[in-house]
Amino acid sequence: MTEGKLTFGRCMVLGAAWTVLGFLVLPMVIIFPVSLTDQYYLSLPKEKLSLEHYEAFFTNEIWLSATFQSFVIATASTALAVLLGTLCAIGCWRISTRASDSVRSFMLVPIIVPTVVQALALYRFWIDLRLVDTYAGVILAHTLITIPYVVITVSASLARFDLRIEQAARNLGASISQTIRLVIVPRIMPGVLSGAIFAFTISFDEIVMVLFITSRKIYTLPKRIWNGIQDHLDPTIAAIATMLIVLTLALLLAELWLRQRRQRSNS
Amino acid sequence: MFPGMSQHGRYWLLILPAVALMLVFYIYPLLQVLWISVTEPEPGLGNYRELFTSAFLHKIWWTTARICVITTVLTVLFGYVVAFAMAHVRQRHMTAIMFCVLLTFWLSVLVRAFAWVMLLRTEGVINEALLWIGLTDQPLRLSRNEFGVVVGMVHFMLPLAILPIYANLRGIDASYVSAARGMGASAWKAFWWVYLPLSKPGVIAATILVFVFSLGFFITPAILGGGRVVMISEFIRVAFEETLLWGKATMLSASLLFCVLLILAIVGRVVDLRRVFGST
Repeated sequence: MTEGKLTFGRCMVLGAAWTVLGFLVLPMVIIFPVSLTDQYYLSLPKEKLSLEHYEAFFTNEIWLSATFQSFVIATASTALAVLLGTLCAIGCWRISTRASDSVRSFMLVPIIVPTVVQALALYRFWIDLRLVDTYAGVILAHTLITIPYVVITVSASLARFDLRIEQAARNLGASISQTIRLVIVPRIMPGVLSGAIFAFTISFDEIVMVLFITSRKIYTLPKRIWNGIQDHLDPTIAAIATMLIVLTLALLLAELWLRQRRQRSNS
Repeated sequence: MFPGMSQHGRYWLLILPAVALMLVFYIYPLLQVLWISVTEPEPGLGNYRELFTSAFLHKIWWTTARICVITTVLTVLFGYVVAFAMAHVRQRHMTAIMFCVLLTFWLSVLVRAFAWVMLLRTEGVINEALLWIGLTDQPLRLSRNEFGVVVGMVHFMLPLAILPIYANLRGIDASYVSAARGMGASAWKAFWWVYLPLSKPGVIAATILVFVFSLGFFITPAILGGGRVVMISEFIRVAFEETLLWGKATMLSASLLFCVLLILAIVGRVVDLRRVFGST
């Protein structure tokens, strides 16, 4: 397939690919008009466009408090995951033996364990620790499941970072903590921030763990949405979904920008 | 050249907090699940016997396996088409496609499942449109059945297939295909005998990722299945919430985990799994 020549086969492939992509973006595209419906149930607008469901979100204490709770939990667990994950990745990178490589793989375990299994396991342990339905309990759980993503992005950044720079800093008398703060971290900042964005997105969106380890006190935004989908399909959810799409778009653009910087600083 | 062991020792201190946290608050609870599954209500493998005797459980596992296989096949097939197109268009076109894929990848699972409910339900947007055009006079049943679950799952898994396949296809040297064409192979033959075998690593990576994630997937099947299509993850939650039988819930969790690990162990002999999971 040479670039630009419109053969039959080429049209077929492109047509098929864009059909799949259409399927991929269809839900996102449809949710915009639905969020502007003038009806009290979930449908396309009938008479006119209306912002009432956005208004319903911003004037409802329940939705606002859920958003706030999610925000607090995601911020705290992201901070913890970034701190622990970055240190761990730096340690593994610097030691770079078989043992440390195994440790790095070990840190990725939460990615492969089915979500319901880890939620059940943590719930059982959280009962003993009296962490069920507390902020601390949810923040700790989210930290555990987001650390792997920080380890991955930071390790990717470190992989192309010259070990000799670190050694030079150490030889010139910098302590380990100085080397990390002043030499390593500034160079791998894009990777760290990417990891932070990943961690924040995952925590902000997490529902399975929350369903198991919280009951009445903690109500995150995903939990409210989940209940809303189970009970009756409130169009307010469409408005929230639209805002989440816009938020995701912003985070994605930020991440792509960081990725570009990461590649540039490495080359 | 290399600083002494004490030097390394200090770097191990950086790793320690994360590893300790993981061991105490993650691995220990998982082991506890395994332990409970063989000790409650009484010591022994009694809980596991149910795996072989309960017809109801057989049905759940069978539903899970069937949906996973269908989802994986469709996802890898559709994903390949998109990745193939990405590898053969101009940079700008590729960026546009990549953007669509990444946006979907990042978007809340819950939001996506909600959007599909909105589209697929009986009074949903798709049925409204079909009725309006006049293609049907009865709304179709598109959700609360396996069709709806598969649609939602394929939608969720597609980026997980497209990204590793594309990473692989991008590395294939175009001159191989040119050589085959130059020696007289038709476009189709060159693809089938030369290009496709070269893309095998990407396809395998995508298949593992999609299948393993499908197996334990909870949110989308629970929402789009509407309680009628119950996969193992949802069953664990429902069984636990309704009966509070720790023995049974932990036995099913342990079995699910065991299945995932078994699959990874088998394919891990052939493929470097660290690359599979690190590449996305």
